[in-house]
Amino acid sequence: MRLIVTLDASLLDITLRSLYVSLTAVALSCAIALPLGAWLAVKRFRYRRAAIAALNALMGLPPVVVGLFVYILLSRSGPFGVLGLLFTPTAMIIAQVIIITPLIASITHQAMRELWAEYRDLLISLGTTRMQRMRAILWDGRRALLTAGLAGFGRAIGEVGAIMIVGGNIDQVTRVLTTAIALETSKGDFALALGLGIVLIALSLVVSFFIHAASATEREGRW
Amino acid sequence: MVADPFLVSDLVVARKGKRLLGPLDLSLAPQGLTVFIGPNGSGKTTLLKTLHGLERARSGPLSWLNTTPAEQAFVFQTPVMLRRSVAENLAFPLRLRGSTKAEIDTKVAQWAARIDLETAVSQPATRLSGGEKQKLALARALITGPKVLFADEPCTNLDGQATQAIETLILAARDAGTRVLLATHDLGQVRRLATDIVFLHKGHVVEVGPALDLLDAPKTPQLAAYLKGDIVA
Repeated sequence: MRLIVTLDASLLDITLRSLYVSLTAVALSCAIALPLGAWLAVKRFRYRRAAIAALNALMGLPPVVVGLFVYILLSRSGPFGVLGLLFTPTAMIIAQVIIITPLIASITHQAMRELWAEYRDLLISLGTTRMQRMRAILWDGRRALLTAGLAGFGRAIGEVGAIMIVGGNIDQVTRVLTTAIALETSKGDFALALGLGIVLIALSLVVSFFIHAASATEREGRW
Repeated sequence: MVADPFLVSDLVVARKGKRLLGPLDLSLAPQGLTVFIGPNGSGKTTLLKTLHGLERARSGPLSWLNTTPAEQAFVFQTPVMLRRSVAENLAFPLRLRGSTKAEIDTKVAQWAARIDLETAVSQPATRLSGGEKQKLALARALITGPKVLFADEPCTNLDGQATQAIETLILAARDAGTRVLLATHDLGQVRRLATDIVFLHKGHVVEVGPALDLLDAPKTPQLAAYLKGDIVA
């Protein structure tokens, strides 16, 4: 508690890195997953059901396996080894994007599918292009997308397996709250681990409340 | 203005192997207000949706001649409201057509006043009453000045006052040159609005003709039964 109250520099550093990695991963994932979810809702194609089933299955991707996969790709002997990204926050962001994109895309698809069922005939009758249809349902369903983004953030901020592998838990470089908790627990410093855990939970709640407040989710009711 | 007649020939609509409509031939005058009548399941909605391009026709060319889908508008039996304000619902088709902000603001204000929703423009459209929603849906359809308006039972479940407001808007659109194709079960509405009538039964056109002729002297026993309120065999 003393570390929290006195705003300990190393704790602040770890907390800010956690936020940076997770929020960047969520932003990148949203850029991919929101259009993908909307596209799956409005587009009919032969293997659509299989694609949706695959997307849902990918929500359960084991983070450790994703970490291993990204590690192999970014290691010196891997295809992207030359970029020197292994054991950097960028590698951690890449791993998190792979983990949370299917989750955000799947939730987006569910929400957009319902809205598309409601809007389909109207939007087609107005002569909209596919891009205009996707934009319309994404905009009108933006509150559901907030849930998708928050779910992605929740998974990203609490992730440990993949980022431990690709980040290496290096002090002042890639150490984040979850990997720090794992380290302190293994060292037997449960008090510090617990303190870090409280910070992690508080961080998750603050971000959630902030986003809800900023978007006035409850104030405007259902549109 | 639509200069050529609407021609439909050998139209067939089928879904999952079941024929819903046709084969069907139809020729309609370029102007006026055609009302499609018939019992439930006769194919009125399917025909309107097919003519507008919302349903796929398996065979049979549709000759719309001067109109593209963008110049047509459709009003559904259950009004679909975008989860936006009344003003944004009205503005939506104008934005799609690239209207300027000044044009949009002017037209939205005009149409909001026309449908008596000028004090509700910033309200969520989903919170309007049934009659208000249908008026808004009709205004949104007409705001771009379509050449053709399809209206699928737009007054179902509405009271007399709301029905009158909808009919006034439809007649004004017709007078402004919009070709109106309307489906209804309301025979009073048929008498009030129709220039000509298409009577459908079991997916086929049974009778077509000027409204007064068909209403006063139906040629087929099915239409006679329908007009009397009997069950059509």
